[in-house]
Amino acid sequence: MVLIDKTARRHRWDTRFAPYGYVAPYFLIFGVFGLFPLLYTVWVSLQDRNLLESDAASLVWFDNYAKLMADPYFWNAMGNTLSLWLLTTVPQILFALFIAQLLNRKVRTRTLFRMGVILPNITSVAAVTIIFAQLFGRDFGLINWVLDLFGAGNIDWQAGTATSHIAIAVMVVWRWTGYHALIFLASMQAIPSTLYEAATLDGANGRQQFWRITVPLLRPQIIFSTIIATTGNMRLLAEPLLFNPGAAAATGGSDRQFQTAALYLYEQGFTNYDFGYSSAIAVVLAIATVIVAGLGYLVTKRIRTE
Amino acid sequence: MRPKALVLGCAALATAVVLSGCGSDTASGGKTKLTIGLFGNFGYAELLKEYASTHPDVEITDRTASYSDHHKNLAAHLATSSGAADIEAVDTGYINQFKATPDKFVDFNTKGGGELKDRWLAWKWEASLSKDGKQIGYGTDIGGLAICYRRDLLQNAGLPADRDQVAALWPTWQDFMAAGKTFQAKAPEGVKWFDGGPTVLNAIVGQASTGYYDKTDKIVVGDNKEIKAGWDLVVDGVQSGLSSKLLYSTPVWNTGFKQGQFATVTCPAWQMAKIKDQAGPEAAGKWDVTSVPGGGGNWGGSYLTVPKAGKNVDKAVELAAWLTAPEQQAKVFKSAGLLPSIPKLYDDPSIVDYKNPYFNDAPIGKLFTDAAKKLNPQYQGPKAGDIQTAIGNAMQRVEQGKQNGEDSWRQFVGDVQK
Repeated sequence: MVLIDKTARRHRWDTRFAPYGYVAPYFLIFGVFGLFPLLYTVWVSLQDRNLLESDAASLVWFDNYAKLMADPYFWNAMGNTLSLWLLTTVPQILFALFIAQLLNRKVRTRTLFRMGVILPNITSVAAVTIIFAQLFGRDFGLINWVLDLFGAGNIDWQAGTATSHIAIAVMVVWRWTGYHALIFLASMQAIPSTLYEAATLDGANGRQQFWRITVPLLRPQIIFSTIIATTGNMRLLAEPLLFNPGAAAATGGSDRQFQTAALYLYEQGFTNYDFGYSSAIAVVLAIATVIVAGLGYLVTKRIRTE
Repeated sequence: MRPKALVLGCAALATAVVLSGCGSDTASGGKTKLTIGLFGNFGYAELLKEYASTHPDVEITDRTASYSDHHKNLAAHLATSSGAADIEAVDTGYINQFKATPDKFVDFNTKGGGELKDRWLAWKWEASLSKDGKQIGYGTDIGGLAICYRRDLLQNAGLPADRDQVAALWPTWQDFMAAGKTFQAKAPEGVKWFDGGPTVLNAIVGQASTGYYDKTDKIVVGDNKEIKAGWDLVVDGVQSGLSSKLLYSTPVWNTGFKQGQFATVTCPAWQMAKIKDQAGPEAAGKWDVTSVPGGGGNWGGSYLTVPKAGKNVDKAVELAAWLTAPEQQAKVFKSAGLLPSIPKLYDDPSIVDYKNPYFNDAPIGKLFTDAAKKLNPQYQGPKAGDIQTAIGNAMQRVEQGKQNGEDSWRQFVGDVQK
């Protein structure tokens, strides 16, 4: 009796606690690498703290945030961030849909094409940015050379606000479109062909089928892609940083014309060593990202079958 | 799939932790591994080999990053007390920032630095001395100032190419700009008088008696008439079309050397190594060096520091002392052109008589030791390096046509006084 009781109890314990044990690694890792840094950043953002002198830090509560709200360079950076978000996310999703549609046909060597679109994504950001910065060079850049053939050369891409945003957006879109295209392609293949057959019988043309069947049925993936792209594009750092190499890299151009919020955070943290202020920027940026991702969700959620 | 991936992830993570915990400093075959973090060209490749051959118990790895990456990474590594190399080079523009936290570094005064003190120029020694008297860095080179110029381009524009005659063209910076206007009138398309406004301006700032700070660490650049006059002069040069509008130490500036986009460039001694690296062997003999307009001045120069978090501090201090010793500085001057910070070398015939074959046999030994003797050291404040970046940005705004000189100056002064 006692023996059975013991095994039964052990079994009960096992079924009760083992699942926690199985999921524990995830929560442990998330706790150490996700939650703790997040909370610690919030904690640092409430301090007046020099990067190199953590012992001398003092609690100042919301001073950093008050300073931030009155800092024109922060708002400039937030403006650039939103502008770049728009210039990268929208084309990314649209191009990805278009490419997925093209790849969803019976073309020869389509596996090759499908593999090909993901290639930009597996390249190193740094290498790509350095090459794009050369393509967009003022004096010897390929793009200016081509534009020159059409009589519109010699653009100083880094100097202007619009031109620099376009150049950076091109890098990001080039890098991420293929990734989203593959996600869309996978779900396109799951759409039953009977839907298209029925539509064809009803006389719908290809364009109508795309906008009224494919896109609405891809809604969950479009929402997913928009959110993923938003969280990535709201914290662009490497592209604007490496687009302007040299000692002034962290300012994002001579007049901060392409300094993103993440880059401003980097400047404050690692050039000015103002770790508290830099953390406050991180917290505000995280909140802004959640809001913008929410907006993106609301917009894409409206995609419906008519 | 997922749990498996997780397990793999954990395993990888655990391995990474274990590896990084014992990877960098463990001895391989009984050797002490030393790392040295550099930026630009210190001319140490041969010296490190030499040191390793006389010290078989030491294995040295050097890593080189770009100027700004190097110093930002160093700050991050010091903040977390891990990841820094055993020896880290620090530039003049950053030494004040780092000496504000001397406890992150080994105090050389406690490691026999006091006895070596007299090797260096007094101002070089003081510049890396913290307020409480800790010595965080041994001086490597100083900048000095000269002008490097393209003989062929000057000649083609009807100007003299001989270095004494060229020097006679520009006793002052006003004369330098005037010569530029003569040059520009006859220069081929795409070739400008100087590389970029920020480069010229840095030299003028380096010659001023007071720089961005006064001696109480107060930022006074807004009221500094000497610097403002230099600013106005360079703005005028830029607006007269004398500038290639390239920011120094950027990839496009490097390309500028290769393409021959400019005829002159401000030349602290360390600049010569950059020119040689960038312009390449095909430009050998085209470049020459002559004296700078205005008086003596300094731009740049570096220090070797030993972060305290390192595990082989004593061996690192020994190597840093060796690398900055007179014999080694003399070798670096001949191989890479870096001007020693050791005054007794300024009268050493092997230095004074040295001519650089790449620069058309320019007597750089004489030129730079003269410049070093004339040099009136300027006090550098805590964030001199950042202010230098900000004034470079300001000049670029003028070059890019975003602002006029006055507006850009006002924005610069407002930025640095925040």
